[in-house]
Amino acid sequence: MAELPLEGVRVLDLCLVWAGPFATMLLGDLGAEVIKVENPFVFQPMTRGMRARPRKESLLMAPPPGGAWPDGEPGGRPWNYNPVFVQLYRNKKSFTVDLRRPEGMEILARLVAESDAVIENNATGTLERLGITYDWLRGENEKIVMVRLPAYGSTGPYAEARALGVHLESVMGHTLLRGYEDLDPSTLTSIFSGDYLSGALGAFAVMMGVWHCRRTGEGQLVEIGQAEAASSMFAQAFMDYSLNGRVQTTRGNRSVHDVAPYGVYPCQSPGTAETGEDRWIAITITSDAQWQALCEEMGQPDWATASELETQEGRLARQDFLDERLSAWTVNFEDYELFHRLQAAGIPAAPVLEASRVYEDPHVAERGLFAPQTLFDGIGPYTFTAPFFRFPETPVKVRQAPVAFGEHNEYVYKEVIGVSDQEYDRLREAGHIAVEYDRSVP
Amino acid sequence: MTGPLEDVKILDLTEYITGPYATKMFADYGADVLKVERPRGDPARQLGPFPDDTPHPERSGTFFYFNTNKRSIVLDLGHPRGREVLGSLVDRADLVVESFRPGALDQLGVGWDWIRERRADLPLVSISNFGQDGPYRDYKGSELVLFGFGGEMYTMGLPDRAPVKMYGTAALVQSGAAASVAMMAAMMAGREQGIGQHVDFSIFDSQMGSADRRHANLVAWEYAGKRVLRSGALTAGMAHGAHRCVDGWVEFTAAGQRRDRLSNMLGNPDWFEDPKWKAPAAAFDPALVDEFNDRFSAWLATRTKREVFAQAREAKVLCGPLFTVRELFEDEHFRERSFWETVEHAELGTFEMPGRPFVMSASPWELRRPAPLLGEHTREVLGEAGWNNARVEELVVENVVYEAKS
Repeated sequence: MAELPLEGVRVLDLCLVWAGPFATMLLGDLGAEVIKVENPFVFQPMTRGMRARPRKESLLMAPPPGGAWPDGEPGGRPWNYNPVFVQLYRNKKSFTVDLRRPEGMEILARLVAESDAVIENNATGTLERLGITYDWLRGENEKIVMVRLPAYGSTGPYAEARALGVHLESVMGHTLLRGYEDLDPSTLTSIFSGDYLSGALGAFAVMMGVWHCRRTGEGQLVEIGQAEAASSMFAQAFMDYSLNGRVQTTRGNRSVHDVAPYGVYPCQSPGTAETGEDRWIAITITSDAQWQALCEEMGQPDWATASELETQEGRLARQDFLDERLSAWTVNFEDYELFHRLQAAGIPAAPVLEASRVYEDPHVAERGLFAPQTLFDGIGPYTFTAPFFRFPETPVKVRQAPVAFGEHNEYVYKEVIGVSDQEYDRLREAGHIAVEYDRSVP
Repeated sequence: MTGPLEDVKILDLTEYITGPYATKMFADYGADVLKVERPRGDPARQLGPFPDDTPHPERSGTFFYFNTNKRSIVLDLGHPRGREVLGSLVDRADLVVESFRPGALDQLGVGWDWIRERRADLPLVSISNFGQDGPYRDYKGSELVLFGFGGEMYTMGLPDRAPVKMYGTAALVQSGAAASVAMMAAMMAGREQGIGQHVDFSIFDSQMGSADRRHANLVAWEYAGKRVLRSGALTAGMAHGAHRCVDGWVEFTAAGQRRDRLSNMLGNPDWFEDPKWKAPAAAFDPALVDEFNDRFSAWLATRTKREVFAQAREAKVLCGPLFTVRELFEDEHFRERSFWETVEHAELGTFEMPGRPFVMSASPWELRRPAPLLGEHTREVLGEAGWNNARVEELVVENVVYEAKS
């Protein structure tokens, strides 16, 4: 069997929350050895949960996904089960070291010397306070590739601004470019679209850095300003301003490329949105032929066969009318029934799927998008998602279930950087090596 | 030095958004990307925005954005000699990428079997809506369909309204970024291990399997059978969610964060020193939230977005102004970072657009050329592939290849 595409590439993960860990998940899936560097004395909020030792009641009260635990039981080490963490940490290793102490930094230096890349997405200044800069890394390993994912970049007036995905959305224009046409933007501020893009670009940048280094022997620093990277998701809005000076506003679910009808329509529902049981189908008509096919599926009603609806221009001018009539038709069907029927007629359509229904979808099952995974301490197995890349000759799959805190301490200390058994014991005594957060961490 | 991928040649048979974004990443970082277009061109050339809203195949803003730094050759793969020409390009490539409907390349006689026979070490990456196999293989997709079905659209919006999508083609671009990762991995396995393989990249899979909330929601369901619902805006707290100010809106995430920072931002007013604001749950107490937000609104009512943002940054409060695209183009931060790039194009003239996706210190990004005119590089590319002028002329006359009209 051939090796994995990134076999032999070692990446240190100094990431937190969402975008950075997504980057390292992709790299781990493709065969890189990703090592998450963790500190028993410092809890990273929003990464392994909100706190290390919250009260059980508050854990159970939190809305899902945060407030969901194996069998409703956060257990003594809830940080190993937190859904936001678990979803991002398959195919990675974890080791612990206290980077606030000089001897912890020495451990990190030895690991840097054995690594190809370091990736991080901390708030600006966090790593600098620990003494971790590109220059420091390069001093330990001149070939190192460092990829940073700051919110706004390391220069300019916003360099120090703290931000979550929701703020980047606002600054980069997305909050005003999406949402309901008839409501103000305060009604919808909870979409975080940038983590996927920044994470994928982070993985791409690591690979390019390694590629470049293997050819030239040269390491480098890559800075991905997440705000700037996000701009490609709003390309049409930027180009419309560039070419026409036009400031676009939201079109709701309608197409930015002027085709109609294009929207989300109600279907027969076993319940309501209050229980996650309302059902919808997305239907997108991108050509006149597809519109004719839809008319046929609807049984050629008079309202639909009117000549003014035969062209895109005609349909674009009557979108409210079309949406109303289509909704009155779709509501008579189950979403999956209509999905297969419309697709058989060549019409792009699909249910807007509530997440748990993914488990019942035959295509998802046949494509192998899930894999059983048992957590470190024998809890499970659960059916979690598997890598979405399909590489037949270098199979990309789940090699390691979502990693527990400090699970690979022995491997990293003894095999990667070669500390002796004696030194290992001493470092454990000194608190660097642990599988739990220190009792001082709340 | 034109970028880290200057030694890479990509044969690009992709169209529309996802594939072209993936290959744009390669082109932007130095790869020689040969875009093979059908005689009528990539259908993205028909997509707006166009100057003055007048459609023209060389004036599509969408096509331009997603095809910078590439070269275009027009080749009719349906012509009996199309395969011969494509073969000469395949021989020089490090990777072939395509986005036809599954099976279409095989029907043209230039599918995976043909490529493998020619070059055992050459990877082919196929980008499609639902993948090369499975029950939905031949189903059609679009931004809304693929995001609604694969991505976490269901939880976006208000409970009493339909779910609402992201802007434009955001999901297709996300998947394009993931496709560039797949391409890079396939190329590394090809070049470094000599392994050619047919990589199957499905946009649906890459949405469903992406860690953009759907994963977390699936984990929650697996653990505890809990569904994640559409909850709308996160406004239940002090200085939380979008608030009006003089010239628009500002987004805050302050509830549950440090009270002293919020107080600093407001200029440490006396009223905020009352012990009642310091109680652990104060930031979420509905009566206190109302009282706070009244005072907060008055504070915001005398400040612009940029003034509010500046004070929030100073106090380290999580905040973002809701900018319009115009405000972004004018914004001093992105100007100072030289984010915008001035481009010149034969049909579109001179204008500014977003520049480098990210900054690499040793192998910089460069806008070497605008998006290509249809067939602009047909002759040049064929010449490099060993076709002399007389033979190229023959291909043109036989309508195997096409050149840009000059």
